[in-house]
Amino acid sequence: MPDTLLSLRGLTKTYPGVVANDDVSFDIGKSEIHALLGENGAGKSTLVKMIFGLVKPDRGEMRLDGDLYSPGKPSEARKSGVAMVFQHFSLFNALDVAENVALGMESPPAMRDLARQIRAVSETYGLPLDPSRVVGTLSAGERQRVEIIRCLLQGPRLLIMDEPTSVLTPQEVGILFQTLNKLKSEGTSILYISHKLEEIRTLCDEATILRLGKNVGTCTPRDVTARQMAEMMVGSSFAAPEPKAGAKGEVLLRCDALSMPAPGAFGTPLREISVEVRGGEVLGIGGVAGNGQDELLMALSGERLAPKGTIWFKGRDVGRDGPSKRREAGLLSGPEERLGHAAAPNMSLTENAVLTGARRKRLVKNGFIDWTAAQAFADHVIARYDVRTPGADVTARSLSGGNLQKFVVGREIEQDPDVFVVNQPTWGVDAAAAAAIRQALLDLAARGAAIICISQDLDELMEISDRFGALNEGRLSPTRAVADLDIEKIGLMMGGAHDMEVVHADG
Amino acid sequence: MIRLEKRTQPSGYWTALSPILAVGLTMIVGGFMFWALGKPPVEAIRTIFWDPLFHPQFADYSRPQLLVKAGPLILIAIGLSIGFRAGIWNIGAEGQYIMGAVSGAAVGLAFYPSQSVLLFPLMVFAGALGGWAWAMIPAVLKTRFGTNEILVSLMLVYVAENILASASAGWLRNPEGMGFPGSRNFKQWSAVYNAELLTGTGMHWGVAAAFIAVIAAYVMMARHIQGFNVRLTGEAPLAARFSGVSPAWIVFLCLGVSGGLAGLAGLFEVTGPAGQVSIDFGSGYGFTAIIVAFLGRLNPFGILAAGLLMALTYIGGELAQLMLGLPGASIQLFQGMLLFFLLATDVFTNYRVRMLRREAA
Repeated sequence: MPDTLLSLRGLTKTYPGVVANDDVSFDIGKSEIHALLGENGAGKSTLVKMIFGLVKPDRGEMRLDGDLYSPGKPSEARKSGVAMVFQHFSLFNALDVAENVALGMESPPAMRDLARQIRAVSETYGLPLDPSRVVGTLSAGERQRVEIIRCLLQGPRLLIMDEPTSVLTPQEVGILFQTLNKLKSEGTSILYISHKLEEIRTLCDEATILRLGKNVGTCTPRDVTARQMAEMMVGSSFAAPEPKAGAKGEVLLRCDALSMPAPGAFGTPLREISVEVRGGEVLGIGGVAGNGQDELLMALSGERLAPKGTIWFKGRDVGRDGPSKRREAGLLSGPEERLGHAAAPNMSLTENAVLTGARRKRLVKNGFIDWTAAQAFADHVIARYDVRTPGADVTARSLSGGNLQKFVVGREIEQDPDVFVVNQPTWGVDAAAAAAIRQALLDLAARGAAIICISQDLDELMEISDRFGALNEGRLSPTRAVADLDIEKIGLMMGGAHDMEVVHADG
Repeated sequence: MIRLEKRTQPSGYWTALSPILAVGLTMIVGGFMFWALGKPPVEAIRTIFWDPLFHPQFADYSRPQLLVKAGPLILIAIGLSIGFRAGIWNIGAEGQYIMGAVSGAAVGLAFYPSQSVLLFPLMVFAGALGGWAWAMIPAVLKTRFGTNEILVSLMLVYVAENILASASAGWLRNPEGMGFPGSRNFKQWSAVYNAELLTGTGMHWGVAAAFIAVIAAYVMMARHIQGFNVRLTGEAPLAARFSGVSPAWIVFLCLGVSGGLAGLAGLFEVTGPAGQVSIDFGSGYGFTAIIVAFLGRLNPFGILAAGLLMALTYIGGELAQLMLGLPGASIQLFQGMLLFFLLATDVFTNYRVRMLRREAA
């Protein structure tokens, strides 16, 4: 096959106790954008690591352009023309763009030449980026551009992208897609890993779907529906969340010009946030990461005390109450960071159930913990939310991200909150688990609770929210009914602070 | 190539094995050290670990000493271990121990020569209070100004030593002591003398308090919500705050408990085995207890065993100095080695070693 760039045959990789990849074969064509789909733990990252030379397959072979290809380390992969943009960036905040790019190169050219090259590449591919900016001041989308440009400078034949849009605004996604299409038209192949099915349908030519380490099928995304792809991924049909009944209760939580200073050098201050949420309602709060999401959650959870009279719960001023008091009253929260914030990594699930459930579930009597009751509560959450774990006695850090997320969200919902504030409830969670978590949130709202869902996943917010607002530099936009919104308006609500328009070749 | 890989669960096997391995390694390397000093290594090790308990001539004297030495070590280490679990590093237990002794003794001497049965309990209370108050200084400075409790508590040891010196040479000096430094001798004052409870065992009130502390600490850490909050703070401070635990309260709790227990240990020592406030009262128990706490895996029952073992090396070390003429510093080095090897073998609890062959390209 002359138009195949990379062909994988029978790739197998076993880790103790788990087969990460089992006899995976597929081809990536030249000038093709090829999607790699699968739930968490389906083996996507292992496969990609093998292609990028980070992991050696136990069996199977790869051919690049017909020649046997077995990279022993990433630098060999790069030499063969394979480049990768990781989900988590490896950039130094204190250095500027050009310095960061130089650090990733084997033999960087002189700084001035490099800056010129960066500028040239960024203009050619429509990725606006100033080589002299300090990385610490860049948005997530701009940081990603640094990584992409670092790859493009090597003139790759295959570019691997791991969940590239998870941190981008809709406008930034648009820019990225134009860039990828331009690369494709010049003959570069792209292996595109994502959870977002609609994106894959817009962008990709072919898709390979992994489930439990096996290749379960290849399809042409344009010809199938997102739902069909999702079903191939999970191996069974799953329920899309149902829209809920319209009747709304009284105002349960109200912020009144809530302002708070930034918690540290890299935090964001909250500025005059005024919003209210009613029983039975889901308020979605969007925004690009780092615009005050964590700070808002900590202010509402009580981890940072707010000024008097700025947070009202059921008509009572709770601004000066700590987390325990607010929880007792019925205001519960779920932070974004699972390990270390929502859960203690080295403690068991039973202990982590006590972490927030101590009072509402009456797990403590006269100061002593009722471990039997605590374990029963943990077991209940595990069973109810389909948390895959050998038992409640294993440490939180031994669970996969998605399973731990189901546990920590379930732990709060099972305490029957009146108001539940949650940040990134489905971040890094596979499609089936994400659907289950969203459904649980909607069920909770249907029971009359008010929900504030902070998320960077706009599709998610559109799916479950009644009203939407966006955080931008610590300010919350006025909220609007989701029914009146489209993705363009949302992007503008999220703030035009970061450059939105595509730079043209002559710019 | 050797690589360390983090385990998903701490290994229970290694948690139990590493102290034993550390003791073994200490014996071997310590043996080499004694050999290099020109002393017979096997005999030196035997003198330290075996003779205090079983030597036909010395055992009668040294066996009760085991509890006398282990009591304060355990009592102090139990308090320290609670703080260490929370990531609060009270290094100044020696100072709190001294202040407990001085303040307890001062309260008692104020009532000399009363024979009231209430006096000894009052002194116990004053001793605990003295240690607690001394530990509150780093606690307040830490919570109000963000100072480092390690440095502050350590520096306060030297302040306490100076207070001890001034007490024994000045304001607590025995008025009938013909000008010699040192307070009245509690051993000659029956109402407050912390005598052996069972003759020939070395068991005094301080040892009893240590045993009670072991059980209380175990119950607190395993079952009580405050113990849970302490562990949570040590494991994941952000999660603790999310849970509703006040970081400042944990600082006060941990430093308060460890200071109070160290103060108690000091009071029981000064009214018992030491007998008086004297300039050389500070014997390093407060520092050795740090080793005991870690050697016992910060686990109350582990600390009980570690305290006895450490007491054994103290007594055996003295015996070795006497019998074999080993220098005192070499015994301290030997004890330090124990902590060193413990920390080293401890790595295997949370990591596994992987031998990797460099993969060919």
